[in-house]
Amino acid sequence: MNVERRQARAAWGFLLPAVVLLAAFFVLPVLAAFGLSLTDFDVYAVADPSVARFVGIDNYLHLFESPVFWAALRNTFYFVLVGGPLSVATSLAAALLVNGRLTRWKGFFRSAYFAPVVTTLVAVAIVWRYLYHPVFGPIDQFLDWIGIGRVDWLGSPDWAMPAIIILAVWKNFGYNMLIFIAGLQAIPDDLYDAAELDGASWWQRFRHITLPMLAPTFLFVAIVTMIGYFQLFAEPYVMTQGGPLRSTLSVVLFMYEEGFRWWRIGNAAAIAFILFAIMLVATLVQFRLRPKED
Amino acid sequence: MRAIALAATCLLLACGGAGNNAAVTLRFWAMGHEAEVVAPLVREFERAHPGIRVDLQQIPWTAAHEKLLTAYVGNATPDVAQLGNTWVPELAILHAIAPLDSLLRASPDVPPAGFFPGIWDTNVIEGRVFGIPWYVDTRLIFYRTDLLARTGSKQMPGTWAGWRQVMERLHSDGKPRGYPLLMPLNEWAQPVLLALQAGSPILKDGGRYGAFTDSAFAHAFHFYVGLYRDSLAPKVANTEVANLYQDFARGMIASYITGPYNLDEFRKRLPDSLQDRWATAPMPGPDGPGVSLAGGSSLVLFRRSAHPAEAWELIRFLSAPAQQARFFHLSGNLPARREAWQDSTLRADPKVGAFRQQLERVVPTPKVAEWELIATRITEAGERAVRGGQSEQQALATLEAQVNAILAKRRTLLEHRGGQLLEWEAP
Repeated sequence: MNVERRQARAAWGFLLPAVVLLAAFFVLPVLAAFGLSLTDFDVYAVADPSVARFVGIDNYLHLFESPVFWAALRNTFYFVLVGGPLSVATSLAAALLVNGRLTRWKGFFRSAYFAPVVTTLVAVAIVWRYLYHPVFGPIDQFLDWIGIGRVDWLGSPDWAMPAIIILAVWKNFGYNMLIFIAGLQAIPDDLYDAAELDGASWWQRFRHITLPMLAPTFLFVAIVTMIGYFQLFAEPYVMTQGGPLRSTLSVVLFMYEEGFRWWRIGNAAAIAFILFAIMLVATLVQFRLRPKED
Repeated sequence: MRAIALAATCLLLACGGAGNNAAVTLRFWAMGHEAEVVAPLVREFERAHPGIRVDLQQIPWTAAHEKLLTAYVGNATPDVAQLGNTWVPELAILHAIAPLDSLLRASPDVPPAGFFPGIWDTNVIEGRVFGIPWYVDTRLIFYRTDLLARTGSKQMPGTWAGWRQVMERLHSDGKPRGYPLLMPLNEWAQPVLLALQAGSPILKDGGRYGAFTDSAFAHAFHFYVGLYRDSLAPKVANTEVANLYQDFARGMIASYITGPYNLDEFRKRLPDSLQDRWATAPMPGPDGPGVSLAGGSSLVLFRRSAHPAEAWELIRFLSAPAQQARFFHLSGNLPARREAWQDSTLRADPKVGAFRQQLERVVPTPKVAEWELIATRITEAGERAVRGGQSEQQALATLEAQVNAILAKRRTLLEHRGGQLLEWEAP
């Protein structure tokens, strides 16, 4: 008993620095932000904090009534639900290709596919804006040539989000690809050899060996991708500024505009907390859906 | 040997010290291009005022607003800054910048009447002057004279009806895929200046409520939306315009409403063969020459400056007609001071002449801290009516409701502070 207590005290002693840092740099700011989300702190309050008023949950209620907020939420879910799976699938396909037994120059392809992840988005955006151009862009010239006709990628409210998704998938798939490659390399070759002896086809091997063995990697990749994609910001910020007709306005971009462009800090803090709640729920759901290990 | 070194060090220290000890150092924030070119004027100011040194800092325009507010919160504001004149009301209400009335009374060489009245007015908040105009900016029409000539007109008409007629002729005669006017949907200047021309105050009751469903604004909005509806202007945002100058050179667009910074750009980027085939014209109005926006930058003095007298000297120096003319040659920005327009280059250039005419007819946008947000909402209403399938009435009703909500805090504060926002105790 006594020993246990002493050990517990020692453990707390070791944990203390981390706990203090977490409290100072995470817990306190989060609480302060939550406090702010209950006020109408704005540009007038920047000058004279006494004019900020406690408004309870009014900020949240106004947001739920605001069509702009719902548009931002809808766009963000569109991006997460379409872009997320597409990104994971692309990463897995790329990982399988790069990791294939017959593939040569693996190192080169790994680096080439990873290159977009480490390039600056602003530079990339200039190139992509040109690619998407309805008159001079190579994508539309190709579509025109094969007879589909031109698409006004960034100018049409229906096509702007798909354009952003394609850009984001291209920009990000390399990172998950590396994680999948690591997962693939951890699968023992004996399993494949045995399956091959039993006459399993490529698809059967993929379905019954690769996928189940990758399950933990999948969960990790899915959660990290989802969290990252909920925070969609830079792509629409540099490509479309949220337009046309707010079709690419994401929740984080909306929060940025409210907070740092218009200085409606109370509103921006409320948006942050709603996003936090959504991401928490989505993560919990993914944990629930995880295949049970035997 | 050692003695010589010591003596040399002393000498160096003494030399360095003498200049620095007595000197007052001013921090001067200038934005973007202006900061790059203003250095020679600042150095000349230092030569004329041996006791004052100026620490010139360049702030990029895109980060300027955020940086000004964070500097204010963090107690790190400069002594003098260049400020886009639509930001003057916000910083005045924040108590960040100082009123200049008493300094102006003591400085007859900076007479308010020496500036364009509309431009001067943008700096006057609740009856007090918070900035001295440094250079001016307004919007007017840049157009292709050869394309206009094909419609049978020698010059841009002065009325909306005439203007529209010319555009319709350009359109019917039009080359395939070409448009008579480029007016990007995400720029607020055009719908706002059309509304000001129609006599709309944009906001009413001292900036307490929007005036968007009133007849003047609705009239201008109808004209604005009609230009897109009848395909006289393409339904695009400026992020979708890949190369404006190329489009203009190819005749894809015959005219464009823009500001003086494009005078230089058009000269540099259009091919030589086109240089005598474009011109500028003042804005047409509903029934005769119309008003345009009173834009530009002002020089302001921060309340927390430790050296307000020296800071005012710098502002005074930069506002003198001679420096204003030199600044035009350095930056291409049009002078705010009328005397500076005696400059031979300015007088000889007919393309600049149109700006000179327009500057006598410029009107400020509403002087409220919320203006930028309101301006964004106005462009969004336009976009909804043009591309979003909303009726004009619907778009304006939504806009009015949005703006009235934005102004709620302003109304409350006005009520608490007896109808004005400037007089309050800074914490």
